[in-house]
Amino acid sequence: MEEKRFLETNELGFTEDPRYRECEKEAWYGVVLGLVNLVIWAVAGYGLGSGPVESYSYIMGFPTWFFVSCIVNSVFAIAATVYIVKKKMRDMPLDPMTAEEAEEFVRNGGGRV
Amino acid sequence: MNAVQWSTLLPIVCYFAVMYFIGFYAMDLVNKASRRRGGSGAAYMEEYMTGGRGTGGFVLAMTLVATYLSAGSFIGGPGTAYTHGLAWVFLAMAQIPTGYYTLMVLGKKFAIVSRKTGAYSISDFLRARYESNAVLVIASLSIIFFLIAAMAAQLIGASRLLQGSTGLDYKTALLFFAATVVVHTAIGGFRGVVFNDTLQGMVMTLSTLALFIAIVTKGGGIANIVQDMKAVNPGMISPYGVKEGFMTVPWVSSFWVLVGFAVVGLPAVAQRAMSYKDSKSLHSGIIYGTVVSIVLLLGMHLAGAFGVTQVSGIQSGDLVIPTLITTLFHPVVAGLVLAGPLAAVMSTVDSQLLVVVAAIVNDLLVNYVKPELKEQFRTLRTITVVTCFVVGVIIVALAFNPPELMVWLNLFATAGQLSTFLWPTILGLYWKRANAQGAIASMLAGIGAYLYFNYFLPRPIGLHPIVPSLVLSLLAFIVVAKMTRKPSERVIRLFWGL
Repeated sequence: MEEKRFLETNELGFTEDPRYRECEKEAWYGVVLGLVNLVIWAVAGYGLGSGPVESYSYIMGFPTWFFVSCIVNSVFAIAATVYIVKKKMRDMPLDPMTAEEAEEFVRNGGGRV
Repeated sequence: MNAVQWSTLLPIVCYFAVMYFIGFYAMDLVNKASRRRGGSGAAYMEEYMTGGRGTGGFVLAMTLVATYLSAGSFIGGPGTAYTHGLAWVFLAMAQIPTGYYTLMVLGKKFAIVSRKTGAYSISDFLRARYESNAVLVIASLSIIFFLIAAMAAQLIGASRLLQGSTGLDYKTALLFFAATVVVHTAIGGFRGVVFNDTLQGMVMTLSTLALFIAIVTKGGGIANIVQDMKAVNPGMISPYGVKEGFMTVPWVSSFWVLVGFAVVGLPAVAQRAMSYKDSKSLHSGIIYGTVVSIVLLLGMHLAGAFGVTQVSGIQSGDLVIPTLITTLFHPVVAGLVLAGPLAAVMSTVDSQLLVVVAAIVNDLLVNYVKPELKEQFRTLRTITVVTCFVVGVIIVALAFNPPELMVWLNLFATAGQLSTFLWPTILGLYWKRANAQGAIASMLAGIGAYLYFNYFLPRPIGLHPIVPSLVLSLLAFIVVAKMTRKPSERVIRLFWGL
């Protein structure tokens, strides 16, 4: 584990904002969660709903395909959002930083994966 | 024409009165806050357009959801679900990501960058990033044309709803509704809009829950209703709907792009992602936004689909929700529940109106015509408010007697905005190599491809035209950006440096 991580300069010779590393990671959580919701929706909806209507099974009154693809999926989306926000996303200042503040941010664990 | 239903109309009038009150309250706040910050035109602009970046979590969620959910999700969508059953609810649930997607993908980086560059709107962001007049002009024109058409269409929806449910004459309903929206937006600015959106978001939630519970109770429980729907037509409970070859797998799946992932590109929605106070507000905003948007989307669309078992034979989709509400509730309660769909329209139009005013006043006037306005608080305030009223008059005139062009523009309103803004925003934020030439190519390719597909190939490889258009728009961006010169080092330092 790296205890000390100093701000690096990039190929253009300036120090990049260390918060962006964190921001980009958080953006990926959004993209991945979106894709997972899409997969659950498609697999459950078309996987369970493509047979003849007569052979449908039901959960709480809804056809199983609908219950899983829309209702379970929604509950999953909410639970996953709460988990990501509480466990994975970091508090950070949003205003422009001085070099010292940026150094401090990195020292306190910001911008590290 | 039936007589005016005063018992239904009165609660709506009271609700609208609250909107005016909030507008005036917000106007006072904007004036005080801009004076406190030196009273310059620039301080006023920031206050008026972003509420001084002070939006908290709950308010952020409400304004995002209320802005995004419009007549489409509260009137048109449920109306279609009435005809096509659970399949249309299934399609609408492509919007599960609404609450978290935009806020996570644009995320804190967008908020940080907009503070670094002093951007109040998506156009400010594009101007700072691409330093190109062409990008800005295309962006502003796209905003002005597509959003004016979209707003006029929303006004038409709301006025028809008021007409259908209260018996008010169409033109009276239109003036009454439009005046409420325009006044509270003009005087209150972003703060007024955000306060109103918050209230409207809550009204939308209560209205949705009331309608959903009433329908389920009346229909004898979900299991009963679903079986009744099956008896009407077995297609109503299958993911393929009732009409052969309409809700095909690739077409329905395309809605994950049109109303799901690409929504990041809507300027009125993206502007929300620059306005919040701090990262805590963003975090709670994401959670509230996800819960509220899912409850509203699922509740309203299910209500529409279940509605077929309560009232059969409604001809026009737009009349499904008002008919259900007036059939199921006592007239006074119906007025309160109807406030939900009206709020959905109002909260969308007010935010769009603000974006259009920003495009005209801030992007075109202050930047090109009269830069000295930045210093003049009073003049800029007058111009902003007047512009807002003028745009208001234009959209009312369009809604009064919708011309052919408007119907056409509205058809492209959402897709047009997505094609213009999606990639220039996302790549501008995350790709250092993104430059003005790429952005222009992407905007033109996106809009051009969308128009082409719509006219000549309505379902390219079975998809909704927005999907290949956005793919082509992305390719055009990357290819052209790679072939032309890099953006200036100054811009990269401003965006990526400390």
